[in-house]
Amino acid sequence: MSADEQDPNNQALSRRLFLQAAAGAAGGAALPSMLHAATAPAAAIPEAASVSLTLEVNGSRHDLRIEPRITLLDALREQLQLTGTKKGCDRGQCGACTVLVNGRRINSCLSLAIMHQSDQITTVEGLAQADGSLHPLQQAFLAQDAFQCGYCTPGQLCSAVGLLEEQRRLGSGGAALTDAAIAESMSGNLCRCGAYPHILAAIREVAASHAANGGGATSDTP
Amino acid sequence: MNNFSYVRAADIDGALRLAAQPGAAFIAGGTNLVDLIKGGIAQPRVLVDITRIAALGQIQESAHGAVRIGALAPNSDLAQHPLIVSRYPLLSQALLSGASAQLRNMATVGGNLLQRTRCYYFYDAGFEHCNKRRPGSGCGAREGYNRIHAVLGGSDQCIAVNPSDMCVALAALDAVVEVRSVRGTHRIPITEFHRLPGDTPQRDTNLGVGELITAVELPPSRYAPHSHYLKLRDRASYAFALVSVAVGLEMDGEHVAAAGLALGGVAPKPWRLVEFETALRGRRLAEVDLAALATAALADAEPLHYNRFKPELARRALVRAVRVAAGLEES
Repeated sequence: MSADEQDPNNQALSRRLFLQAAAGAAGGAALPSMLHAATAPAAAIPEAASVSLTLEVNGSRHDLRIEPRITLLDALREQLQLTGTKKGCDRGQCGACTVLVNGRRINSCLSLAIMHQSDQITTVEGLAQADGSLHPLQQAFLAQDAFQCGYCTPGQLCSAVGLLEEQRRLGSGGAALTDAAIAESMSGNLCRCGAYPHILAAIREVAASHAANGGGATSDTP
Repeated sequence: MNNFSYVRAADIDGALRLAAQPGAAFIAGGTNLVDLIKGGIAQPRVLVDITRIAALGQIQESAHGAVRIGALAPNSDLAQHPLIVSRYPLLSQALLSGASAQLRNMATVGGNLLQRTRCYYFYDAGFEHCNKRRPGSGCGAREGYNRIHAVLGGSDQCIAVNPSDMCVALAALDAVVEVRSVRGTHRIPITEFHRLPGDTPQRDTNLGVGELITAVELPPSRYAPHSHYLKLRDRASYAFALVSVAVGLEMDGEHVAAAGLALGGVAPKPWRLVEFETALRGRRLAEVDLAALATAALADAEPLHYNRFKPELARRALVRAVRVAAGLEES
């Protein structure tokens, strides 16, 4: 681990901090404290240098140099240009940033990229087969019209894939998921358009076919 | 978001050594800490990643039927672990009522114990007055919007509530927190782990600087057939409790042999109801005036302008949760 290496780009950091503070303050009357919160830690920057990291995303390995504070979400979007994963609230409240890490769904906005060395990460870009054929959940979302603006959809899809994988692990594949159970398990994914009934229908459809197959959500589930 | 350096600990001793650096903080699931760093509430200089310490992840039976839960056990895995589902369904139910599936996959037992309050005045650095965040700065909530705040156990300085569901169940179950420091291992009963604010609201727990939670131990199961976690909140899922109740009953026929009760959402720490438990012991449940016991449990409540509904909500929730646990009422 090269956590002690110096980052030659430190000058850029303070500019970014300032821009973040300015952007945050623009929305409200909290200017003095926002600036305080953002500028005070700037003094600590010299000791926090970029570090080397290898991320394995959708089966491909990527060598990166990032600051330790970079979230998995920002690493995916800003460094790897995998912009399918969306930034909604950036505070773990909306689920738009949901990705799969070793098959488990998580909020990538609340997870530091540096903590995912050697993990297997799957984003919405990795759900389809290599030949371009869609994941059954992607097909079901299309068939059921399970979105309107589409912004939450990558997170909804990854979360639903995680849900099916959890069902498989629990060995409850034989029993179909009830609507109430799907709704509860998907409560971490908000949809401002209110497409919930259609999202529910899409997941119900795929869950039922998995249940009919004895819960065999294996070949099409990362 | 302030910058920090990052180190990964290989084992517990290494983690303790690394945590001795000034400004060091342990990180595991990160669901609370990363959020607090983004808000400028936490400003660590060094993050010590403990997630690769294999010794902290086990959930296993220990001596005399107790169960030891490693501090890194994710909330989701713990809630679904066969030992927990079969012996401590109260804990499983409480865990599954908290957060979202994604957050439960990330959040650990140790982190859940250290989860900080969701008081808006604490969580938003734009607010000037918060004694927990800036000791001596005042309390914005006492005269402000205090709908989610404490009616029991608060002080002039702070009325923030502990937001954890897991901890309420752990209080009813008499859990013990195992803590390691460079001086060795010690054990803290769950009811003594969290602190009341008093004059030092900045300290949520009795965990010392540089100390690491290594495990939570549950005493042998007594309440599995008769327990219930009732959580009341503003929406059906993915919201913090306004009021919650954890109840475990050990029944001897129609009589209560032993009971564990705790309230959540009403106090700065999980609020154990020892007098209620004592009053139930040895009694035939159908003859107990639960409403009177619930009223006594809330007798010291000091509601504020926007949370005046809480004592009555807590009283009714208590009665219902006990009746559901006993099988006298459907959940």
